[in-house]
Amino acid sequence: MSKTTLTRRGLIKSGAIGSAGLALPTIFTAQSAHAFTNEPTGSTVTLGFNVPQTGPYADEGADELRAFELAVEHLNGGGDSGMLSTFSSKVLQGNGILGKKVSYVTGDTQTKSDAARASAKSMIEKDGAVMISGGSSSGVAVAVQALCQEAGVIFMAGLTHSNDTTGKDKRANGFRHFFNSYMSGAALAPVLANAYGTDRKAYHLTADYNWGYTTEEAVRSSTEAMGWETVAAVKTPLTQTDFSSYIAPVLQSGADTLVLNHYGGNMVNSLTNAVQFGLRDKQVNGKDFQIVVPLYSRLMAKGAGANVKGIYGSTNWHWSLSDAGSKAFVKSFGTKYGFPPSQAAHTCYVQTLLYADAVQRAGSFAPCAVAEALEDFEFDGLGNGKTLYRGTDHQCFKDVIVVKGAENPTSSFDLLEVVEVTPVDQITYEPDHPQFAGGALGTCNNGV
Amino acid sequence: MLKLTKSDFNLMLLVAALTLLAPFILNPFPTDSAMAQFNAGYPDLMQRFVIFGILAVGFNILFGLTGYLSFGHAAFLGVGSYAAVWMFKLLSMNVLPAIVLSVAISGLFALVIGYISLRRSGIYFSILTLAFAQMMFALAYSVLTPITGGETGLQLALDDPRIFGASQTPGGNIPVPSLFGLEMRESFDLVLGAWVFTFNFGYYFCALVLLASFYLAIRIFRSPFGLMLRAVKSNQQRMNYTGLNTRPYTLAAFVISGMYAGLAGGLMASMDPLAGAERMQWTASGEIVLMTILGGVGTLIGPVLGAGFIKYFENIFSKINDNVLHEWFAFLPDGIENFMVFIIHPFIGKGWHLTLGLLFMLVVIYLPGGLVEGGQKLAAWFQKRGQKTETSKSKIEPAE
Repeated sequence: MSKTTLTRRGLIKSGAIGSAGLALPTIFTAQSAHAFTNEPTGSTVTLGFNVPQTGPYADEGADELRAFELAVEHLNGGGDSGMLSTFSSKVLQGNGILGKKVSYVTGDTQTKSDAARASAKSMIEKDGAVMISGGSSSGVAVAVQALCQEAGVIFMAGLTHSNDTTGKDKRANGFRHFFNSYMSGAALAPVLANAYGTDRKAYHLTADYNWGYTTEEAVRSSTEAMGWETVAAVKTPLTQTDFSSYIAPVLQSGADTLVLNHYGGNMVNSLTNAVQFGLRDKQVNGKDFQIVVPLYSRLMAKGAGANVKGIYGSTNWHWSLSDAGSKAFVKSFGTKYGFPPSQAAHTCYVQTLLYADAVQRAGSFAPCAVAEALEDFEFDGLGNGKTLYRGTDHQCFKDVIVVKGAENPTSSFDLLEVVEVTPVDQITYEPDHPQFAGGALGTCNNGV
Repeated sequence: MLKLTKSDFNLMLLVAALTLLAPFILNPFPTDSAMAQFNAGYPDLMQRFVIFGILAVGFNILFGLTGYLSFGHAAFLGVGSYAAVWMFKLLSMNVLPAIVLSVAISGLFALVIGYISLRRSGIYFSILTLAFAQMMFALAYSVLTPITGGETGLQLALDDPRIFGASQTPGGNIPVPSLFGLEMRESFDLVLGAWVFTFNFGYYFCALVLLASFYLAIRIFRSPFGLMLRAVKSNQQRMNYTGLNTRPYTLAAFVISGMYAGLAGGLMASMDPLAGAERMQWTASGEIVLMTILGGVGTLIGPVLGAGFIKYFENIFSKINDNVLHEWFAFLPDGIENFMVFIIHPFIGKGWHLTLGLLFMLVVIYLPGGLVEGGQKLAAWFQKRGQKTETSKSKIEPAE
């Protein structure tokens, strides 16, 4: 035990040191010294890429991260400049954004709202990110979007398909390039009518969470509008891995079409079960039994293997598209990583470019200026044809790709083939469409 | 002082110093240096440290004292958050009513779940609590979507019918949680040369709550009630045979620890007004158990350290990517640089679970008493070195 003795001399000495220490903080700044949150003052600007690196969507997260790295490389003038050369807006010169070199930080969303927000917060509070992008599920997208609104930074959503992201949970600081459940339904319905006729009886198996609900609603209303009848819609727990008990009642119900509103591992398992049960070899009501998967991804097709043959679905983008933008992107992604990009990678790459372009056009990183530049912005050459970033709900409107499982795939990247590119007019909806009702954009937030 | 023994008072002082000086302690590296990656002194993470600290302290009252291992404690955290967010939506953006309600509601849930689960002990008790927590998670995730927001979580909206206070700020945004007008996100930056220290109001609010709950935990540990709980842990059968009904004691401990979890949930929602169902998942419950074991079961400060340890890895290591590594090793020749990055790559970014797992194994194998035991061993080692020069009789009491 040490003993402290208090002497007059000692007290004066330590007092002097203490007051010197107190005098030291010369710049005592509140955050309000900046015009907006994380205003980049140096020669670099930091973007935050928040993707699932662990958990069920880790594969997609890894692909998103690759796309982000590629985008940053292209923005900084490296590589072969990818879609920058096909992009209709030509303000980006390959010298970063507004002359500032683009740097980035990464984080792990774990596909959990809490972890995603913690990670995004650390990017904003610690690393000074002015924009957050990425994510591979709607729950995370909605959570991080709300956070960005509150903090005053721009959120460029990654893969999120639920109507809610730009529907009831839309925010003024958040933007989505990816398509949504409604668009899937609207694009699929005519193709299904062509292929399977207009008097089908559909049975829905729906993943029991938000995205499942909106997708079921979208597909139901679109198919019912063209004459299909919905026999039943059964919700399945998200954690379900064996769907046999859900598949068995399908046949007794008199339905002749099964719609699987499942994503990721759910879809892989339910589709495999359905095919193993021999559903596709059955004849019901004098018609061949059919299966439909509203949202496809290449990684899912890979998981389900040969079971996806001939099964229809929709996707935001596919690497086999032959427009100049897609080709340029596939080429630079392939050169760098050795395989074609997924739709998640595509949307993340495009979002980064769109953000950079908007900043450049606005001449400022301030979220409100960027939002204004993005709103009602029309562009082309980024892989989906002519696209509009609608100002009223911050949703991109572009052609939707209807795909089918390839009958004779030549490689593991070739599992899907494009059946039809549904033109944008067919999938456009009014901002106050019932499936998107409720919620408001609010006003853009520049932060403190 | 404060009706504490000297060593407890010193421990209390230590915790107070650690929490109040956290902005300095957690930001040891200059902002522009390469080591700044390891700085943890930003508001969100500091808030998380103390909030999970509260959670772990509460959990330790049950697990450390009675030995009942609840594997569903995250459920109370989730219930607390939902209660708080609903308070924000319906009543006011003041955090006090929200926190009070979240503690009360989670206490109620704990009472019901504890009443049923405590009919069994040991592994059966753990399984029962786990089952309840998973049930609540499943309900929150899908069935109760109108109340809990389901997968997307419960959030504030622009049209919330807030009784006291406006639904929107004049600027057209959602108001933020505050304490009588003091916003939780309000921060000051203190610039000292190359260092930047951030003082966040929300953090200090949480820190004070942590100190209060820590004090309460010490008092419970030292009380006759605490002694009774320890007796339950050492031999419950004997207590029953002596004619003593232990159920009320264990139930009380369960409810108290559930309320601590609810308090943590309420605070979490106050710092960041969102409540998600993942907070209640069994992995979250497992994390609480890990925190307590990592820090030191049955010790007072251990759980707080364990909570900090895990949250640090989750938030700091997961953010290191190959780019950062290349920056660190840029001074090495290219070949060696790439080799170093290759070696370290599996342990950072998405590999943070792996690093944490390895450290957890090391702690459990070499320091079964958790980080606290490590601290004691270190202290003992210094003590020994000191004794060589002067023979001192004083012996450092093991910090509990």
